[in-house]
Amino acid sequence: MLRGLKIVVLVKQVPDIEKVRFDYEKGRLDRSSAGAVINPFDLNALEAAAQIKEKIGGVVIVVSMGPEQAKEALRDALARGADEAVLLSDLRFAGADTLATSYALSCAVRKIGGFDLVVCGEKTIDGDTAQVGPEVAEFLGVPHVAYVDEILDVNVAEITIKSQLDKSSYVVKMRFPGLITVTKDVNVPRLPMLKDKLRSRKDEITVWNADDLADVAKEQLFGFNGSPTWVAKVFAPSAGKRKSQFVEGTAEEKARKVAKILVELRASR
Amino acid sequence: MVDAGGVLIFAEQDSGVVHPVSFELLGKGRTLADRLGVELSAVLLGHGVRDKAVELIYYGADVVYVFDSPFLGMFDVVQYSHNIVKLVKEASPSIFLLGATRLGRSLAPRIAAALRTGLTADCVDLDLDENGNLVQVRPAFSGNIMAQIKTKTRPQMATVRYKVMKANVRDPHRKGKVVTMEPEASGDTGIQILEKTSAGGVNIAEAEVVVSGGRGLKSQGDFALLKELAQESGGMVGSSRPLVDAGWISRDHQVGFSGHTVKPRVYVACGISGSPQHLFGMRDSDVIIAINKDASAPIFNVADYCVIGDLYELIPLLIQELKKLKAVKNLDEYK
Repeated sequence: MLRGLKIVVLVKQVPDIEKVRFDYEKGRLDRSSAGAVINPFDLNALEAAAQIKEKIGGVVIVVSMGPEQAKEALRDALARGADEAVLLSDLRFAGADTLATSYALSCAVRKIGGFDLVVCGEKTIDGDTAQVGPEVAEFLGVPHVAYVDEILDVNVAEITIKSQLDKSSYVVKMRFPGLITVTKDVNVPRLPMLKDKLRSRKDEITVWNADDLADVAKEQLFGFNGSPTWVAKVFAPSAGKRKSQFVEGTAEEKARKVAKILVELRASR
Repeated sequence: MVDAGGVLIFAEQDSGVVHPVSFELLGKGRTLADRLGVELSAVLLGHGVRDKAVELIYYGADVVYVFDSPFLGMFDVVQYSHNIVKLVKEASPSIFLLGATRLGRSLAPRIAAALRTGLTADCVDLDLDENGNLVQVRPAFSGNIMAQIKTKTRPQMATVRYKVMKANVRDPHRKGKVVTMEPEASGDTGIQILEKTSAGGVNIAEAEVVVSGGRGLKSQGDFALLKELAQESGGMVGSSRPLVDAGWISRDHQVGFSGHTVKPRVYVACGISGSPQHLFGMRDSDVIIAINKDASAPIFNVADYCVIGDLYELIPLLIQELKKLKAVKNLDEYK
């Protein structure tokens, strides 16, 4: 019998935004310029889970969906305090929008079973939708609190958190099982220690395909087929180009010109 | 209900104050509904908010569904979702729009999952294709690329970024129908709101002018200079990430991927080189002014006005000029 909490953390592997270069010619990120990492917001989710486990005990299971390479992100998560890792990897999961992604992830959580808390980052830096957390909560039929800035208290039955929504700040007590999405403000993620990094190289990662989820899922709801939204077109915005006008002159002249621009812009509102 | 195939918007309110994004949704929703020849309705939840319904009509709604009950007084996402899902199932709108506020982005996915329908996040434009399907435009990853997204299921749901759509002019003669709904408590939701406070402090995302400092600043105290410039130009101070990480200024001020996304009328970048991570947070500003010593700084590639020079020389002069212009304006008004 597990003492403490069974915590599931959902993570995604994304391009490394800290290292990625911007291609000004093409007006977009040069993805080949950087490797892949755990979505930075998910590091805060992992840290939150690790801290809760340290406080009251339990187990942290990290779950991701992606290609074989996503195992790297899961190994990183294991080095940062997760105990077990599950990767959903199957071409049948591919091409998923947020609904199909959330469905597959929620099926994995259901298969893991008996969870108390699911922790997600507030959003991913590549998709930037912030939708997967709340959608997973709905699929699991549990409450959620999004944009958690602070964990005030936690015990085996419930968690008390602070969540900032626009102009209001809420202190909420959520009973388990439930889901939270955390912001960058919730903690400072730890750096993995060398010994944990080395250990995680050898840790086993469970890989599930669509058939492995057959007892908890409907296959037609996975991936591209299960996705109600589709990208009809991508295009470069017409208004994307800036003037790039150089303000010339002596320092005094430059200051005068910029002051004029500022005042005129304000008046034109 | 008469709303089948119509356009529905979520009217967000906090403590009885309707969020301005709701009026913007009504503006866009009105256009879409007129083009489709259908009704535009709004759903409003809260406690003691019934009198706000008429405002929504003045801004373009034909019908306002009001759920008014003490248990809806504070935002419990499960209760809100439960009642809205019920309404959507009865009214079966073709399009359902919510503001891409934090509240909207917590609520919308929950509703979309319950309805098993598609949801597009943070749209910056909405249109209709030749078959009357909703075309949802949002920035895609990779900087300046935009994606047009369509939805196979109904309703076609989207959250819409604040301050991109235009609200219609308020028309106090507009007529519409207010429908009082019977709120249904979904029992114990597992959520208990212990406290709600109005957040004070900075909300840089709403500022009309943002004056941001980067690694060109030499010490923490130099933020005073930017503060004065922000004050003189009616704005707020922002910062790039390194200075926040160094503890020079609080995270509330951070602009960038891991901080705030701002979209002011004017963004003044002072001593900011322009890392991709920073650009993501400010590239949608109406006008960008960059001040930097280094003529090759990437920030100049995205700026409208590029000022090469030492911020320690330029900013005090700029403050002085702004003060002068203000004095002239005061004098003009006095005359």
